[in-house]
Amino acid sequence: MTPEAILFFVFGGLAVLGALNLILQRHPIHSALSLILVMASLAVLYLLLGAEFIAAIQVIVYAGAIMVLFVFVIMLLNAGEEERTNLSRTAKYLGVPLGGLLLIELAYLVYWGSPHTVVQPDRFVGRTGLVGELLFKDFVLPFELTSILILIAILGAIVLAKKEL
Amino acid sequence: MVPVSYYLALSAILFGLGVVGFVLRRDVVTIFMCIELMLNAVNLAFVAFAYVWQQLNAHVFVFFVIVVAAAEAAVGLAIIIMVYRNRASLNVERVNLMKW
Repeated sequence: MTPEAILFFVFGGLAVLGALNLILQRHPIHSALSLILVMASLAVLYLLLGAEFIAAIQVIVYAGAIMVLFVFVIMLLNAGEEERTNLSRTAKYLGVPLGGLLLIELAYLVYWGSPHTVVQPDRFVGRTGLVGELLFKDFVLPFELTSILILIAILGAIVLAKKEL
Repeated sequence: MVPVSYYLALSAILFGLGVVGFVLRRDVVTIFMCIELMLNAVNLAFVAFAYVWQQLNAHVFVFFVIVVAAAEAAVGLAIIIMVYRNRASLNVERVNLMKW
């Protein structure tokens, strides 16, 4: 096994374990911490796939900013353990089989439809400069539109979370 | 040397786990985190396909997905705070005012 394969299996396994832990834990803060584990391991996988810029913003924006927001809200609301309720009948009889069906469908597609490229180190590196060039040349209009989206999201969050509407 | 299909399989597994958690969990914050998990799984698939076709456009798409996820998290968590203030509960089964 090459070092890349070992890294893939270690961090891919960590990501799956973290995701399992996320849906099995009853306390939201434990779920949030396992989600941070998933995101950090995904950042390593992005590096293996040559996406340096994406790996950096995965750690800074996702595991940093967004998850801090989640942990803040969980602490602010003093959320305790999830209360046990019976699953609704729709979720039990329709949701679980359909979830299984989705998994089988995805497995089928990945098995038959995925390309046979082998990931090799240094074959493709998404350098930050190249991504930035693309972002500010070909995608400059969507980039400017996202700034308006962020502004509206900030205003919406302030208005929604204010005491008196 | 790992084939790209392993990355895609990992992405599918993470997406499936996100869907299962979304259906099974009753806590609004946890459901929201399951949505974030699904977005991450899709990002992994994007980056894997970027590797296959040697295209940087997918990286820009992942960048936009992360930006939208950040905006969504800010607004969604504000809505969760509002719901908690009105209902004093994070359980989705108590938010049934518009349920048929």
